[in-house]
Amino acid sequence: MTDVVQERVTTRTVTVTVNGETRAAEVESRLLLAHFLRQTLGLTGTHLGCDTTSCGACTVLLDGVPVKSCTVFAVQANGREVTTVEGLQQGAQLHPIQEAFREEHGLQCGFCTPGMMLTATALLKENPDPTDEEIRWALSGNICRCTGYQNIVKAVHHAATKLAGEGR
Amino acid sequence: MATTEVRGLGHSVKRKEDERFIRGKGNYVDDITLPGMLHLEILRSPFAHARLRSIDTSRAEALPGVVAVVTGELMAQHNLAWMPTLSGDTQAVLVTDKVRFQGQEVAAVVAESAYVAKDALELIDVDYEPLPVVTTPQQALEDDAPLIRDDKEGQASNLIYDWEAGDKDATDRAFAEADKVVTLDTHYPRCHPAPLECCGCVADVNPATGKATIYMTSQAPHAHRTLFALVAGLPEQNIRIISPDIGGGFGNKVPIYPGYVVATAASLLLGRPVKWIEDRTGNLISTGFARDYHMHGELAVKDGRITGLRTSLEADEGAFYADAQPSKLRIGLFHIVTGSYDIPAAHVRGEGAYTNKAPGGVAYRCSFRVTEASYLIERLVDVAAHELGVDPAEFRVDNFIKPDQFPYKSATGFVYDSGDYEKALRLTLDKLGYEDLRREQAEAREQGKLIGIGLASFTEVVGAGHGKEYDIVGLRMFDSAELRIHPTGKAILKLGVKSQGQGHETTFAQIVAEELGIPYEDIEVQEGDTDNTPYGLGTYASRSTPVAGAATAVIARKLRDKARTIAAHLLEAAEDDLEWERGRFSVKGAPDRVKTIQDVAFAAYTDLPDGLEAGLEGVHYYDPPNMTFPFGTYAVVVEVDRGTGAWKVRRVVAVDDCGVRINPMIVEGQIMGGLTEGYGIAAMELITFDEEGNCIGSNFVDYLLPTSWETPSFELGETVTPSPHHPIGAKGVGESATVGSPAAYVNAVVDALAHAGVRNLEMPVTSDKVWQALQDAGLAE
Repeated sequence: MTDVVQERVTTRTVTVTVNGETRAAEVESRLLLAHFLRQTLGLTGTHLGCDTTSCGACTVLLDGVPVKSCTVFAVQANGREVTTVEGLQQGAQLHPIQEAFREEHGLQCGFCTPGMMLTATALLKENPDPTDEEIRWALSGNICRCTGYQNIVKAVHHAATKLAGEGR
Repeated sequence: MATTEVRGLGHSVKRKEDERFIRGKGNYVDDITLPGMLHLEILRSPFAHARLRSIDTSRAEALPGVVAVVTGELMAQHNLAWMPTLSGDTQAVLVTDKVRFQGQEVAAVVAESAYVAKDALELIDVDYEPLPVVTTPQQALEDDAPLIRDDKEGQASNLIYDWEAGDKDATDRAFAEADKVVTLDTHYPRCHPAPLECCGCVADVNPATGKATIYMTSQAPHAHRTLFALVAGLPEQNIRIISPDIGGGFGNKVPIYPGYVVATAASLLLGRPVKWIEDRTGNLISTGFARDYHMHGELAVKDGRITGLRTSLEADEGAFYADAQPSKLRIGLFHIVTGSYDIPAAHVRGEGAYTNKAPGGVAYRCSFRVTEASYLIERLVDVAAHELGVDPAEFRVDNFIKPDQFPYKSATGFVYDSGDYEKALRLTLDKLGYEDLRREQAEAREQGKLIGIGLASFTEVVGAGHGKEYDIVGLRMFDSAELRIHPTGKAILKLGVKSQGQGHETTFAQIVAEELGIPYEDIEVQEGDTDNTPYGLGTYASRSTPVAGAATAVIARKLRDKARTIAAHLLEAAEDDLEWERGRFSVKGAPDRVKTIQDVAFAAYTDLPDGLEAGLEGVHYYDPPNMTFPFGTYAVVVEVDRGTGAWKVRRVVAVDDCGVRINPMIVEGQIMGGLTEGYGIAAMELITFDEEGNCIGSNFVDYLLPTSWETPSFELGETVTPSPHHPIGAKGVGESATVGSPAAYVNAVVDALAHAGVRNLEMPVTSDKVWQALQDAGLAE
């Protein structure tokens, strides 16, 4: 059985554009994208909360689409673009969703916040002026244990208004 | 106005801590990587009760990348196979004799990567001999029940304690004289705090100095340091616990877990840092669960007044008694069960039993069994109102403790500090439009539709000590604050408590701002590092603001007194001739002769009166004279589908009175979070077991948490009745909504069916249970 375990461990080279920067690394084929981001690249803003695609703390954008990076292999991201929470801010300028979470008190312990903000940005790309119900549906794959969601919904509205004002 | 500049009490300033969290720059335990760090994974038992015949680790040890495999036998060689719990019991770190619950820690692998460590777990061969399993306290307390704790000398049964409070004879008399007795048997189900971040640590024992630095998910770093010293026999000055950013706690991160101990032992033996990060299944099946409380309650009523309350309880404590109650109170503060009501006689009896289930019974966002008590009384009051055919709101008002009765001594021995229960209830009813809703409910019934209105008028008891009565394994429940005002007038505040999302860095800075007039931006709050903060018992049971918040106000006032002496020197005036207005001293009658707190701070290091010690720094350890008693009324309106039993929350109105609010935005955030966890507990959160002790609810697919989709919207309100004994009149609020709201949700669903005789539904109130009740009551569509 030792051999079986050993045989499982193969490596591949992956090249991923992370937050606009091309990153290449030799990784185990079984390495999860979440661990690639956190350990290989040191981007620890992506959190792991459940290991079963349930809680959404590990949400990142893969080619602009929210995915739960605890259930995606790093090799599946090869040749693709990943955005993490560290990529939301442009230079010193916070993304409107970041400002909105602070302004509307949309976070407490902060653990779900990166995934929550990334899912929200994807929603706003697709639907720049969502209703409460549309926001709640879009975020229903991201669990928050602290806030009760109401201020998160407010934050998404806040960001929508800000983005509309900026013509984004 | 000075008030707006310094942003003291009552200001909804934005949170300081958010700046790092919104950038993904928080520093949680799993974010910490040290040079040469190894990874530890734990092998857990598939059986709930089984003798350990043998463990063969040879194949695991042979796997490349594995550095060590740790077994109970190895731990026993270092006298570390067992550890003390916060309830004065012992708990196995790694099994040496037999496993006592499914998921118990059997062995651990330390490897160069977490992936290799997990691979190696599969290569450990364990031979178990299954034993008969006990999964309820009722089974556990039967005469012929298998003995779970045969490791304990003198432990002849599975009974842990039999505890009582109140006056049994007076209570019996009240029941004998009652014209109505109502009863309720209910099980507060096993649920789990499930913070989004699991537990974990990075243990770094320096082989050269012997200093053990342990980064760990701890709500109580100082108490944990002392426990570590006792467990490991390490000198306490050589242990440094650092609790960095914590991704939610809710009570889950109060106990000490075997993973912390094994990782520290491994680091000590291997001379390298060792990281242990629990996965979600490990978190749900082995760490501090909550509740699992079997409750029987009876109310005696005479002429519409509650005259007696009797309860008996059976607590399922799991295989080790580790629920972290104050040592003199085996059922925690459950005897707050008389709630908001003036009940002349009460008697409470509770038994705790060992079972083959994970240990815990921790207070999931509540103060020591207060949630269970609040649920029981608020359900009982509704049952009584329905049985008597009176309005549940008016029945509450008739039985409330009245404002002029405070301080109020309850029949079970608490002295309530302050309250105005009717005011909070009336405000809730007004916001709700209660009369109109009752009319709508009656009309809807005629049209075959079911609407329910549920109320809960809770009273909590939070902020333990005082230390003479309340201690954890002998450590008195005081807390601390150390304030250092620098020469430039900026300050650092160091606390013995530890935030897990509550916003201490902001609210505690606001307390100092209020007391000293230093702008809150100029005050940095530090906590969680035992080498650099004063000793304290930690954050749980809503004690941070009541205890450490008081310590903060007191030390700020002490420094203000010293500042007055310095200001008098600078102004060449007598101290008595100075007036204090927030942030500045001026000479009476000469308002242009002024020294600001910043001027005084500079002088404290540069220009002192003769004989005065330099500096403007100090520490205070606050032992509260009493606990605080937050209260409020919650109302929930639901609609029940007669065809499916599904119920939907239409409205939630929550009026809280937590005394003086420091940061209203943060207070409201806490309340909404608690209302959501309360909803989860009432509607879906459940950890259960089959008869072999297999845990059902071991991941977020089975253990359901409310998402944004199910979670209702909340309408909040407040009344303010300050605590008379707290320096700033605050009472604590973090847990009110988890404590108070489950009964409101359940009362609402029961209320929808009450006209057909339904009196109880067990949590979680899932649609299948409601459907069955609809069938039985003849209400099904």
